[in-house]
Amino acid sequence: MNASQILEREFLEVRAKILEIAASLDRMDRAEGDLTLDPNRQLLDRGIDLLKSNETDRAEQVQLLFSREYNDGWQDDFDLQKRT
Amino acid sequence: MYYIDPHIHMVSRTTDDYQTLARMGCVAMSEPAFWAGFDRGSADGFRDYFRQLTEVEPARAAQYGIQHFTWLCINAKEAENVELSREVMKLIPEFLDCPNVLGIGEIGLNKNTRNESIVFQEHVELAIEHEQQILIHTPHLADKYQGTRMILDMLAGHTGLDRSRVLVDHVEEHTVREVIDAGYWAGMTLYPVTKCTPARAADIIEQMGPDRLCVNSAGDWGPSKPTAVPDLIMEMRRRGHTEGMIQQVVFDNPYQFFSQSRHFSFQVPNPETRVFDTP
Repeated sequence: MNASQILEREFLEVRAKILEIAASLDRMDRAEGDLTLDPNRQLLDRGIDLLKSNETDRAEQVQLLFSREYNDGWQDDFDLQKRT
Repeated sequence: MYYIDPHIHMVSRTTDDYQTLARMGCVAMSEPAFWAGFDRGSADGFRDYFRQLTEVEPARAAQYGIQHFTWLCINAKEAENVELSREVMKLIPEFLDCPNVLGIGEIGLNKNTRNESIVFQEHVELAIEHEQQILIHTPHLADKYQGTRMILDMLAGHTGLDRSRVLVDHVEEHTVREVIDAGYWAGMTLYPVTKCTPARAADIIEQMGPDRLCVNSAGDWGPSKPTAVPDLIMEMRRRGHTEGMIQQVVFDNPYQFFSQSRHFSFQVPNPETRVFDTP
């Protein structure tokens, strides 16, 4: 399928997903309380920013955004003997 | 199209699901040992569970013309209890000669803890000692990337391990490349919320190519869909992929991976004699 065919096929589906996100954000903002400093709300905002990128690995970047960091010294931190 | 679901937890499904899966073309499945929805209190609970996996489920599946295979271990969630885990691991060798056992699995990490890592390493050693294939669970959501990297670190330390006999499951966009590039098989789990959708799995297949990639439904206690593999078949057809390419992912790949196990004896069923309805 070419880009136009994919757009035609997925337009309504993506539109619906954007609408769901918009409604969720509205729901949070209408409710009592301030989420400006909430780390999860900040993560969502950064995720939305990633969608505006022109790269073709947005899904991978969103996954990494919502992932805990990997520390390559974790086996030393756990005091685990490395196997051979 | 016939397909194999390489990771589905049928102990949590009804007999109706077996019938539906048979009607949709499922001819074989493998069921890794996992968490039962609650923490079991003793090793004896696992012995009974292993009997369910090696005796009850194969018979239930056979009623619908599906061959049932299994993998044995104590899952990552209960592996936090190292003492219990070691008792359970001592039970496993007595089940390895059961005719539907393909290997050790689904071992892995859940919260990426020290205890889970210790039990994971001991399972890998058990598999190497008994020349078993390995099926690996990777954690969910925010823990997946870190946990997958930790698992790959641990596997890399075992020089006696044949990577072509190991499948790392539940890969997604941010973990698939490292698993495949390291020489392992990779599984994508089609799951409504926490894992991969059929559309995203099709994207990954298009970007990575179909080699050493499998897809499964998990079909467990959670809000999963046991017919998710046919959903992927539909998605790939809609995108114009060839039947050969689709068959490679949903049948040939799991067949090839399982064929490395001494207990994988599989006959493609004859459509004319296959049982689809309640016997």
